[in-house]
Amino acid sequence: MTCDRWTEKLDAYVDGELPAAEARALDEHLRGCPSCAAQSLRNVQLKRAVHAAGRRFTPDPAFRARIQKAIAAPKPILWSQRWLPVLATATAAVLLIASAFLLTVQHNRRGEQQLIGELVDQHVAILASANPVDVVSTDRHTVKPWFAGKIPFTFNLPELQSSPFVLVGGRVSYLRQSPGAELIFRVRQHQISVFIFQDQAPREAGVNEPVRTALSFQVRTWRHNGLQYFVIGDASPQDLDNLSELIKAAG
Amino acid sequence: MPLFDRLYNFAHWLTQDRHEAEDLVQETYVKALKGFRSFQQGTNFRAWIYQILRNTFLTSRTGLKSTATVPLEPESDQERLPVSNDTPETILLQRSDQQLVKQALSHLPVPYREILLLCEFEEMSYQEISATLAIPMGTVMSRLSRARRTLRDTVQELQQTK
Repeated sequence: MTCDRWTEKLDAYVDGELPAAEARALDEHLRGCPSCAAQSLRNVQLKRAVHAAGRRFTPDPAFRARIQKAIAAPKPILWSQRWLPVLATATAAVLLIASAFLLTVQHNRRGEQQLIGELVDQHVAILASANPVDVVSTDRHTVKPWFAGKIPFTFNLPELQSSPFVLVGGRVSYLRQSPGAELIFRVRQHQISVFIFQDQAPREAGVNEPVRTALSFQVRTWRHNGLQYFVIGDASPQDLDNLSELIKAAG
Repeated sequence: MPLFDRLYNFAHWLTQDRHEAEDLVQETYVKALKGFRSFQQGTNFRAWIYQILRNTFLTSRTGLKSTATVPLEPESDQERLPVSNDTPETILLQRSDQQLVKQALSHLPVPYREILLLCEFEEMSYQEISATLAIPMGTVMSRLSRARRTLRDTVQELQQTK
């Protein structure tokens, strides 16, 4: 077995840039090659480290406020040289951000169905998996801390003792390359996935349709405190509503 | 404000200075508006605006200085670097080493720093990086490979001097 064919492709592999057939072949190779598997793991560690280190600088509140103020309430035009550059910048920001917003909305409308579809797929994968969760516990005080450091936010879990719901566990999930939490609950014989992600795009899917069905699964979505919640399952609509209410109350 | 925080973060990484980063972001918005007609609907808006920011940086005094003083190894579309034989211990980039990675990133030459940030933090595809940096796909791959190797080396050096 030679590694020469693969070593130069490991970067593209962990970047998800290899064609599907090659990626499958490399998957196969990694199962039998400790050296390439270790290198691949190191590449993933490096990627994660840079990803985490990359979020370092936040705009000064005064700078942000200046731009936001300009967008929210543009001042009347003062035709003095002193104000012209400020107004030009404000107008530029307004138009640019409006354009970006329109593009985003347009894109989101197209992608909305796809986004819910992705989450339903993840939920179905959980149903089919022999090891559906990374942290197995019915104790919310175990599950919540497990996510610390794995996702860039925290959240509250509801008290379930007087409810028919049982917490099965959780795992890290990804939506549009952003990490989030997937919590698995059981009610009778049904499993329900609750996905929680950072609410990075305020006009993404879910805003106009908090209740829906996708591929016969019930879906509930809402936003709270900068987080976006998706509750997906094949339990009754009432069960999904009840679980959603419990989570909202905890949040 | 879409992309505002991320553009600022990227600008600060490039300039390493808060005030310069603010100027850079502001100038980027102004230029983007002026050139908005050149943006083609349906193409990648993110790559387009990052390209404006980066080009603005490269023509700034700090940008010119940073690229003029850092000779990169020759890049070839065909060339791929051999995989590093670092032991897992030497590149154990755990959470406790975050500060070290940040430090190493800020030590990297701008072309390496920017491509790593675009790939790992902004999670751009090779195609987007190619459009943003205006370099061929082959160069994206070879530069990424070099940037990662240099980052590993820098982390190791910093670990040894700790």
